Amino acid sequence: MNELCSLAVYGAGDDRSFALGDYEGPLPRWCPGCGDHSVLAAVQRLLVAEQLAPERTVFVSGIGCSSRLPHYVRTYGFHGIHGRALPVATGIKLHRPDLSVFVVMGDGDCTSIGAGHWLHATRYNMDMVALLLDNNIYGLTKNQTSPTTPQGYPSNTQPRGSYLPALNPLEATLGMTNASFVAQTAEWIPAHLFATLQAAHRHRGFSFVRVLQRCPKYTAPLFEEGMRKPDVIELLVHDDGVTVPALAGVYKHSIHHDPLDLDGARRLAEEGDRIRLGVFFRDESRSRYEDIRRLRSFTAEEKIDLLEGELERHAV
Amino acid sequence: MATGVDVLTEPPSRPEIRTIRTSEHVLEIVSDSGEGAQKCGQIFGNVSARMGNGVWTVEIIPAEIEPPPRSPAGASGNRVRIGKGPVTNWGDETELVVAFNEQALLGRHRLGALASHATVLIENLWATHADPGIRGQWSEALAEMEGSGYRIVEVPMEERCLTVVENARRGKNMFVLGLLAWIYDRDRDLCRDQIEGAFRKKSEEVAAANVRLFEEGYDWAAENLDFRIDVETSQAREPMVVMNGNDAIAFGAVAAGMELAAMYPITPATSVSHRLGEMFERFGGVLHQAEDEIAAAGVAIGASYAGKVAFTITSGPGLALKTEFLGLSIMAEIPLVVVDVQRGGPSTGLPTKVEQSDLLAAIFGQPGDAPHVVIAPATIEECFHVMVTARRIAEAFRAVVLVLSDANLATGMQPFRRPAIDPAWLAESPDQSPVPEGMQPYQWDPRTGLSARIMPGQPGGMHTLTGLAHDEASHVVYDSSTHQRSSTMRSRKMAVLQRALQPPEVNGPPEGKLLLVGWGSTKGAIEEAVSRARSEGLSVSSIHLRFLSPLEPGLRGIFDRFGKVMTVEINYSDEPDDPYITEENRRRGQMAFLLRAQTLVDVDCWTRVPGEPLRPRLILDAIRGRMRKELMP
Ligand SMILES: Cc1ncc(C[n+]2csc(CCOP(=O)(O)OP(=O)(O)O)c2C)c(N)n1
Ligand code: SF4
Ligand SMILES: [Mg+2]
Repeated sequence: MNELCSLAVYGAGDDRSFALGDYEGPLPRWCPGCGDHSVLAAVQRLLVAEQLAPERTVFVSGIGCSSRLPHYVRTYGFHGIHGRALPVATGIKLHRPDLSVFVVMGDGDCTSIGAGHWLHATRYNMDMVALLLDNNIYGLTKNQTSPTTPQGYPSNTQPRGSYLPALNPLEATLGMTNASFVAQTAEWIPAHLFATLQAAHRHRGFSFVRVLQRCPKYTAPLFEEGMRKPDVIELLVHDDGVTVPALAGVYKHSIHHDPLDLDGARRLAEEGDRIRLGVFFRDESRSRYEDIRRLRSFTAEEKIDLLEGELERHAV
Repeated sequence: MATGVDVLTEPPSRPEIRTIRTSEHVLEIVSDSGEGAQKCGQIFGNVSARMGNGVWTVEIIPAEIEPPPRSPAGASGNRVRIGKGPVTNWGDETELVVAFNEQALLGRHRLGALASHATVLIENLWATHADPGIRGQWSEALAEMEGSGYRIVEVPMEERCLTVVENARRGKNMFVLGLLAWIYDRDRDLCRDQIEGAFRKKSEEVAAANVRLFEEGYDWAAENLDFRIDVETSQAREPMVVMNGNDAIAFGAVAAGMELAAMYPITPATSVSHRLGEMFERFGGVLHQAEDEIAAAGVAIGASYAGKVAFTITSGPGLALKTEFLGLSIMAEIPLVVVDVQRGGPSTGLPTKVEQSDLLAAIFGQPGDAPHVVIAPATIEECFHVMVTARRIAEAFRAVVLVLSDANLATGMQPFRRPAIDPAWLAESPDQSPVPEGMQPYQWDPRTGLSARIMPGQPGGMHTLTGLAHDEASHVVYDSSTHQRSSTMRSRKMAVLQRALQPPEVNGPPEGKLLLVGWGSTKGAIEEAVSRARSEGLSVSSIHLRFLSPLEPGLRGIFDRFGKVMTVEINYSDEPDDPYITEENRRRGQMAFLLRAQTLVDVDCWTRVPGEPLRPRLILDAIRGRMRKELMP
């Protein structure tokens, strides 16, 4: 493998094996019943399943309830500033393509203050998993309307209900040039959540996963139906997407959707009567920024020779 | 033409040649943009440097890429000051101008750029142009300059160039180089080498045509001009290189071993990235053009967190956008280098012009208590070395180091001692070894405030870094004692750094009536003014600060030995004798503000925002004025 800069020189194969306990951090401080707990559990399961070395895994987040997640995983974590997790992850990945990078964002984080970065990160298509924990509200700052709050749903800032139609993150991502992986899952269906995270992790490129996430504190009514009525859920199934046979008994509605079908994906992403879960789009052939920018590394001696040569061009 | 300016329409048949001997001279070449005056000036500067002159070259840049041709605002070109010894600044007014049209000349005239005794060599095509509009503009322009005292010499540039090439617009610059080479008696072989070097990339033919144009200019001057200028040279020197400050920053960054720079285009910082982009491709490294300045800061921080120290480069408006990320970097102690090539502000301000108005924003611009390092190179040579210093301090102190350059350094070119590249400058590959049992990510040493950096890849070092208040283990804690203690530790690093710094050297006697204090690109002009003032018998010295936060030690002691201390800065301050201004409401220069707060000395200031580097003579006038008013019996 080519190397970027002089850094990607470690990552020896090792024979350690990791159990759940190796990834467990301090006790989470989310509200009881918060969907973030389920996401954390699924993430830890994934780390075990994929046997990711804790020291070579980084969780990057912004600010929000959801962005606390890195604190509770025993890997490296970067709990940065609101809306800006993606640029940080981009920098990490540019310098250190050897690291596994996961990005955790809230809906305010990703689709409002960080919206610009979200679109560009989609286009950079660097190999990382980006989780949008979408509770349809600003949780940490206590109940303000977010771009994904359904129209008409009240909050502290829009007490008569959200004024505008909700932003659809799937449509936005699918509309962006060079998108390579777009999926949606719901944290209250752990098997689907896990399978989706695994597909996202295994995809080489920017894997964008919108996780529908309950916030019992502020948006409980919005998720009630999805939780209680399996009929409102429709699973996208495909061998190249996510297929969880165990779920077929509970969730009657499913569509066979080939993730390479972008037009189909865009149609399915449109808001309808049903909540659609699964991989909408996946295309590994899209170019990845870190591959394009990968350069040969130089020794100190080579660098000094080059510098001297360059100075020579400026010699008086 | 009945004007007060001395116009030589008919060069005398074979004039008596008068040679002006001088220890320094300022000349400029101005044209519409795209006519190549800058290349002419650069080659002239390089050749002069090689011949043993001190040189300072400044670009004359219009704000637009391709302003309307023949417009005063469109003057584009180069201003070159050459001298016997090292030239440290752009000097005062221009003494010889070569203008490709009278409007570019008029633009410079209106800015007060020309000395009253200036000689002007001007393309005469416009005087007799077929278009009566243009002829009218020509006469109006000359009428406007009437009485200025210039000696105007018309030169048939286009006509002569057409004897060599078909399109004179593409060749006048080398013809003009020929004129200058004759006037200043430049080494013709050196000129030819430089021309070939500059044009060979296009083709051998183009290079040859340009050499012919050069010869044509040289010969025309030899046959027609009646003056030459002899600027002494001082040979016997160390190996030198010549480049502008932005190139020096790019070089310095590579020599410091930095391998990632993230930026968003903004004048006058962008050319650093042009240079870096090209160097990184060949030397191993990534220039990342981010979607905006915030992302650029985030990418640099992410890269720095996980590997070698990275940097981001910008100018004032971009610095404003980066502030939240700088706070994070400071709070989480992620090493980071930030370069701000200052321009005129606020807001979009004067994009291409020099100013030093970002000082306080650079130091205090991050909400919350955010101690970090701010340093300012004072010369183009220092632009190179500052990057090594910045990278090292950032790494050793887990600190943000903000480098304040400016548009004057960015585009000024000056020969300086060729740096002896030291392998120790190159950042080492970061430690990936296991972290000793029990070691914490913020294990602050109370004697230094420092803690060892732990980065991804190191087994046993897993922790989550955060911009929230945190303890040694990087756990989020809000209790008052931890926040007090961690704030003290972040601040202590700065105290420890400050104690390791050298006091500034006093330029001139260590005591006297007036001490000038400068920082950044004004060093050469201030020191020149001080030396002229001293030769007039005035008791003036100066110091020049590199470390602006923390400030260099010993300032109070130095200040106490002078009757008065005054900063000289390119930023805004109210004039003390302005009728609206009192001691209470006077807004002072930014360094003066800082020094007053830090030393409790009643530091005065003399500042200007002319959108150009300070001229030594203006500083000299200020010295005289303030000394007369306040210090003389
Ligand atoms: C620059 C900035 N603006 C505003 C905030 C305040 N803030 C913190 S979290 C947040 C929104 C949280 O909502 P979301 O991103 O949806 O995350 P959640 O808490 O719902 O998981 C806001 C506005 C901030 N920390 N920084
Ligand atoms: S406010 Fe909502 S999102 Fe935040 S922790 Fe509580 S339940 Fe979870
Ligand atoms: Mg939310």
